[in-house]
Amino acid sequence: MIEALHKAGHLLWTLDASLFECVWVSLLCSLTATAAAVAIGTPIAVLVGRKQFRGRGVLLVVAHTGMAVPTVVIGLLLYSLLSRSGPLGSLDVLYSRSAIILGELILGLPIIVALFSSTTAALDPKLEITAQTLGAGPLRTFWTILRQAKAGLISVTMSTFGRLCSELGIAMMIGGNIMHHTRTMTTAIAMETSGGQFALALAIGFVLLLIALGVNMIAQVFRLPTKKSAPDVL
Amino acid sequence: MTPRTIAIHCAVSCILLSLTMAGCGDQSPPTTAPTIRLATTTSTQNSGLLDVLLPAFTQKTGINVQVLPMGTGKALAIAREGNCDVLMVHAPEAEAQFVSQGWGVNHQKIMYNDFVILGPPSDPAQLRQAKTAAEAMTKIAATKNIFISRGDNSGTHIKELALWAEAKVEPTGSWYRPVGMPMGNTLSMANQVQGYVLADRGTYLKFSKKIDMVVLFESGPALHNPYGIMAVNPAKHPHVKYHEALALIAFLTSEQGRKIISEYRVSDQILFHPWPEFAESQ
Repeated sequence: MIEALHKAGHLLWTLDASLFECVWVSLLCSLTATAAAVAIGTPIAVLVGRKQFRGRGVLLVVAHTGMAVPTVVIGLLLYSLLSRSGPLGSLDVLYSRSAIILGELILGLPIIVALFSSTTAALDPKLEITAQTLGAGPLRTFWTILRQAKAGLISVTMSTFGRLCSELGIAMMIGGNIMHHTRTMTTAIAMETSGGQFALALAIGFVLLLIALGVNMIAQVFRLPTKKSAPDVL
Repeated sequence: MTPRTIAIHCAVSCILLSLTMAGCGDQSPPTTAPTIRLATTTSTQNSGLLDVLLPAFTQKTGINVQVLPMGTGKALAIAREGNCDVLMVHAPEAEAQFVSQGWGVNHQKIMYNDFVILGPPSDPAQLRQAKTAAEAMTKIAATKNIFISRGDNSGTHIKELALWAEAKVEPTGSWYRPVGMPMGNTLSMANQVQGYVLADRGTYLKFSKKIDMVVLFESGPALHNPYGIMAVNPAKHPHVKYHEALALIAFLTSEQGRKIISEYRVSDQILFHPWPEFAESQ
């Protein structure tokens, strides 16, 4: 354990190229996928959380179930779709960073929908009416809801990012663990472990945790409440 | 918050997403250096040989190689679907079947090393007295000592099953433990429970300082471990980079390739022997 800490420090200090390569790939894929999941997921979450419509319950159940899918299963399903012998094979997306992003988006979307919908459901039920009487259109209203649920949104985004940057099954299955291209921190850890390099694997693991800590510290700044007395509607 | 707004929002997000994906996609455009995908086993990858061989190949031919490390079973499966251009594994019967079914072409034997049977220094099953590998396996089964199996269709697992078949032993019982993990993890586990295990010599050499297990049976034709390479058949998968794959096969069987293989050392030990030129390639 001490050896691993020592090794992690050494790797960081000497700015080891192969380490930073897999850090870069991990961050690129996870951050992009998180951003995409938030972009696509928040409107769905707001709809599910604030409006009553037929199929709302089903959608919620699907989202919550989606949170329980093992990453390797998502990887396998996407593999069959993206494989050359599969329906989307001609896109030639398999074993690329785009494939990892797509897989992680599918992993993260249910999390956003399931968790953020309950956050928005807990907001003041008169929020939309208030906004609309003050002249807000649908987009402005949506933005208002997001602002009111800011802390919850940040929390959910951080949870999603945490899940995405620590997943292994998707990156392994449809990323391929190709050096310089699709080797993420998690696939590197798995590979080094299977090769007996436990200290190196732990070191990469520590770096992953440090990054997660850093991202969460930045998010904490945004989570702090703004000094406003009246709800900021328009 | 109307469904229409949602739809617009989703559409915009999807457009942004596809732009991002296109932007950070890493498929090389046709005008730059060609790239081929080589599926190979985790043991080959872990040996480090490819880190020396492939850059030499790229320097000579300008062709980049993306290595996909995975188990033999998985490598054959993805090759069958056309998801790689060339594959290098160590399971002669599975390779022959792959070729006879028409999925692989231009099969060449590249190099070989051997498997070893490892176990605790105390050797409760008395493997040291065995004359053949099959006899060693029989002794393990007869004394019901713990045996850790790869259990994952890897080259090592296929060899292990062949040894049980040769010994005419059906390995069942709580002493026989298939784990489904890569070789390194399997060795660590066997070391932990002081059981027996079959391993390729390369991985064993990498781990030898970290484990207490010792080689209790080695050599003999049954433990021979040949590595073969083959291109994915372009007749079945027209998109594969067939000529570049052939270039890699040619390089590995060339004098330069064979020299690199024979000179590769881990802890001053020879890891692989290039396949003799005068021997049959098939």
